[in-house]
Amino acid sequence: MADSRERPLSIAILAVGGQGGGVLTNWLVDVAEGSGYLAQSTFVAGVAQRTGSTVYCVEMFPKKRAEAIGRDPVFTPYPVPGDVDLVVAGELAETGRAIQKGFVTPNITTLIASSHRIYSVLEKEALGDGIFDQEPVARVAAKASKKFICFDMAAAAERTGSVISSVLLGAIAAAGALPFERKAFEDAIRSSGREVEANLEGFAAGFEGAGQEPAPVQAEVPAAQPAGDNGKALAERIASELPAPVRNLALHGALRALDYQDPKYAAAYLDRVKEISVIDTGSPDYQLTSEVARQLALQMCYEDTIRVADLKTRGERFSKIRKDVAAAPGQPVHVIEYFHPRLEEICDTLPAPIAALILRSDFLQKMMSPFLRKGRNVKTTSIGGFLLLHAFSKLRRFRRGTYRFKRQQEMIHDWLDRVINAAVDDYEYALSIAHCIEMVRGYGDTYERGLSRYRAMVDAAAGLPAAERASAMRRLHKAALADEKGRVFGETITATGTVH
Amino acid sequence: MVERSFKKEVQKLRLGEGQEFAGEGILAITKALLQSGVAYVGGYQGAPISHLMDVLSDAEEILGELGVHFESSASEASAAAMAAVSVNYPLRGAVTFKSTVGTNVASDALANLASGGVKGGVVIIIGEDYGEGSSIMQERSHAFAMKSQMWLIDPRPNVPGIVNAVEHAFALSEASNTPVFLQMRLRACHVHGRFIAKDNRPPEMSLREAMENPQRDTDRVVLPPASFEHEQEKIRDRWPAAVEYIRTHKINEVFDGERSDIGIIVQGGLYNTLLRTLERLGVADAFGGTQLPIYVLNVAYPIIDDEIKDFCANKSAVLLVEEGQPDYIEQALNTILRHCGSDTRIIGKGVLPMAGEYTSQVMRSGAVKFLEQYDEKFSAPQDPMQVVSQFIEEINPHVPPRPPGLCTGCPERPVFASLKLLQEELGDFHISGDIGCHLFSVLPPFNMGNTTMGYGLGAAGASAFNTESSRPALSIMGDGGFWHNGLTSGIGNAVFNKSDALTIVIDNNYAAATGGQDLLSSKGESESRSTQHPIERAVRGVGVKWAKTVRTYDIDKMRKALKEAISKKGTGPKVLVAQSECMLNKQRREKPLFANAVQNGKRMIADRFGVDEDTCTGDHACMRLSGCPSLTVKPNPDPLKRQPVSYVDNSCVGCGNCGEVAHEAVLCPSFYKAQIIFNPSGLDNFLWDLRQKVIGWLQRRADRQRLKRA
Repeated sequence: MADSRERPLSIAILAVGGQGGGVLTNWLVDVAEGSGYLAQSTFVAGVAQRTGSTVYCVEMFPKKRAEAIGRDPVFTPYPVPGDVDLVVAGELAETGRAIQKGFVTPNITTLIASSHRIYSVLEKEALGDGIFDQEPVARVAAKASKKFICFDMAAAAERTGSVISSVLLGAIAAAGALPFERKAFEDAIRSSGREVEANLEGFAAGFEGAGQEPAPVQAEVPAAQPAGDNGKALAERIASELPAPVRNLALHGALRALDYQDPKYAAAYLDRVKEISVIDTGSPDYQLTSEVARQLALQMCYEDTIRVADLKTRGERFSKIRKDVAAAPGQPVHVIEYFHPRLEEICDTLPAPIAALILRSDFLQKMMSPFLRKGRNVKTTSIGGFLLLHAFSKLRRFRRGTYRFKRQQEMIHDWLDRVINAAVDDYEYALSIAHCIEMVRGYGDTYERGLSRYRAMVDAAAGLPAAERASAMRRLHKAALADEKGRVFGETITATGTVH
Repeated sequence: MVERSFKKEVQKLRLGEGQEFAGEGILAITKALLQSGVAYVGGYQGAPISHLMDVLSDAEEILGELGVHFESSASEASAAAMAAVSVNYPLRGAVTFKSTVGTNVASDALANLASGGVKGGVVIIIGEDYGEGSSIMQERSHAFAMKSQMWLIDPRPNVPGIVNAVEHAFALSEASNTPVFLQMRLRACHVHGRFIAKDNRPPEMSLREAMENPQRDTDRVVLPPASFEHEQEKIRDRWPAAVEYIRTHKINEVFDGERSDIGIIVQGGLYNTLLRTLERLGVADAFGGTQLPIYVLNVAYPIIDDEIKDFCANKSAVLLVEEGQPDYIEQALNTILRHCGSDTRIIGKGVLPMAGEYTSQVMRSGAVKFLEQYDEKFSAPQDPMQVVSQFIEEINPHVPPRPPGLCTGCPERPVFASLKLLQEELGDFHISGDIGCHLFSVLPPFNMGNTTMGYGLGAAGASAFNTESSRPALSIMGDGGFWHNGLTSGIGNAVFNKSDALTIVIDNNYAAATGGQDLLSSKGESESRSTQHPIERAVRGVGVKWAKTVRTYDIDKMRKALKEAISKKGTGPKVLVAQSECMLNKQRREKPLFANAVQNGKRMIADRFGVDEDTCTGDHACMRLSGCPSLTVKPNPDPLKRQPVSYVDNSCVGCGNCGEVAHEAVLCPSFYKAQIIFNPSGLDNFLWDLRQKVIGWLQRRADRQRLKRA
């Protein structure tokens, strides 16, 4: 047995399906073999393809040393915790997985990760915000490793028209964990013979990115910018009437109401926010007012057919789509919308008395139903399609007379009353009511589910002894977002009732 | 159109004596087969040997030059039965499949093959799908070797070791008239390494020669009384012959160490992990040097009694590293040692877990326990996992699980979206699942499917529910499973038993889950295989009256067809063929064609879906009916809204599922389809300009009005 603790360099690559972990692995083997090293790689085929995460293992050892020792190294088929010199993660959460697997060891492991996210289906399918915050992962990664290199390599790949594996290879070359010259890495790309130019550019971006300081996280709410005189007047009013901590949010809200309807509507919005700010004595930073400013704007500017038609016909939207699909100047790009309004959405936009009539009449509903059974495709880039939506957007001036508008204002009044009443002696409770209106949004089933759960929870909490209300609201809010069918919510409501 | 093409790499199979071969395990195995003079090769794809089948398929030309017949078998049973020609003739052959599942399917043929015994060497290359990355139940193939008295080679997982094992396997098979399993563990199949090649050898007897000179020997047919004699032969003749071969050729290896009082016995496939574990514990080096002698079982079955006795002589205790359960080897070693009166203790499952994969960390813990008890000088270095345990604890709540799912644009997605919508309307059904990509339906976001009983057994898995009920049981089968056995075991069975059940056969033109191999019903033309046999015709052929083929992306039609099938009674079994091409394969085929056409100035239209972030509600109902990798979320750009918005990334292939789902589930008006026209015609440009003029004018007017209001 040799006395020295000499052992192969060990590399673990954690990749998500489609990230080219196999390509990166092959490049590393080529780099090593091209530089006089013995190398082995292993992986499990097929798993990554289907969007799961998978581990590639590469080990390498100088051929000359092996000859001097007289024996070849015995390479491991799978990374051994405590023994991994370089860990590469193609995505931030996979960095966490590498740490979980024990691959990352302080003083030993150089950790290279892309800071971008590929969200897992569990994060995507949540009723609200299901995203796992990766800030703790990045923090732990920095202290758990010898060296932590982390930047948005997906963006670098897109910028250079290459793939993330080439950016990762560049970062690996720059990290210094492997004893090879930059040229050896570039030669591996060249000898693979595929997309050489783009991959070399991606490589260069990765090499450069590895040496730079990580970009600072951007501030939470960007400053609202009024565009015209009405907006500026609103900003002035906010500056004189509302406390500093809520001004930016309130301006965002007021400008939204202005865009949505008219100056009168924006003024009404500010009246209501001001009403709350006057009684908001529970926290120095006006948490309640901020929350109401945010939610009230969204509730007042609910998305009806008029709003959707307005947003869908704006020139800036067309430009954004063209940019998203990377259209060349002048290249025709058609846009086809998928609409499937139900009777309820049609009635929402009708004058209140007519809508009420329809909703009361089985006959009228039956007459209309054949027209609503199927979804409609509207080509917004055709003149007819555009005119149809454009005409809908023009109904804005009649919005105050629509069925939904009346109902929406009633709901808002009721909600604000509840907030104000609660704020008198239980600030937390008031805050929870202000917050939970958030679930009332959207269209169709989403809207109805949110509305009925909102109503059920504020009613359930109101029936509880004062001391239990705030905590019950928090519990119910969480339960309301647990599942679509409402099993958890139903159980929680029942439990809340029995406790009472 | 397979997932990975080996067309270029198979040229390495032509390397001759003395040249260095560099490549993956699967290619090395193929080269070793050619060096061994095989006459035929067959198999059925399945991880981890799918790519071995692809290599063989891509190497058909080279195989043909050598006179080697390659068959892409209909099932593992067909593959194993191929080896029947080695019973009467000195023809060497190899078959390959996934194990234990494939071995289960093949075991009828294998048991018959092993009973009569073989004249020509037969090697069964099994891809042992066990441990991390596995997709099947966790069992050992070892039991098959024991029950049929076949030998099981489990070589050290390096390329030269694997090549050597293939060559020995044929010789061992012939020396003992017994088919031999060569077990390839998950990661060994794709291990990259090098070895010095030999010349390829054409088979000693060609298939044609054998066919033209038929031989038969009733003693080799599994029929009484020969079958009784076969059992005696196995024990009396074949076993000792195998032992003799294994001993004389030193297939099992002993690596000597300084210690003479303790040692380690390990399955060949685990050697590398064991050695690195010992190196980390300071009792071995990274080059095979070790303080404790190690006896490596490159042949895991049979155990060579004398080698065990020799190795254990004068040792007080030996650590046995045997992965999986039951502990067959441990039982065997104890029997051997007790019979000869040795008092060497075998320490195996006492310090190592009975069940589960033996990762380095698992081995470490077992080795430490063993060494602490039997090596007075040993003191364990700090456990690296302990060093990092605080970090792991800290991040555990923040790492989202990442279950696998259907690929971008997968044609199976709309089938499950339809089923989910149907269940929302009519309530839940019992759904019997099968094996294939479609089994991902069990995971989020679809969460449907009750059981999976094996490849092609989806319909059979619901056959007990052949009784009067207001709610029929549904079953799902893939095209791969259908042709593997589902046509008879599921559909034929339902016809014969007068079932009213509905089976949805997902027909995506390929055995997609294993990498896109062709099937009988594949739409593409194939030079070497006969394709284009529609599934609907096959089921009608066995007596199904109600059969329909529906394009999967048409959710409206799909729902209607499902409803009709569910409501129909007394018509016998119903088969709904959900048909659309596997998107991975389609993209692989069409992407270059599309790019080429655009390059050549042809008018082409690319579809891409998108979501308007302004109107997206952040409820993600669309996700719960999709799970498409390209339909994802991003932080809400609206400073007032907290919920992440849906977002279609650049990988969208415009399959249409998003739009269909938005319509059928009455989701929200945020989805749009962008049609990008490349090389527009004169008419395109004229219309575009005209529309731009009108729409642009209206937009500018609206902008001015809005600015006035702002």
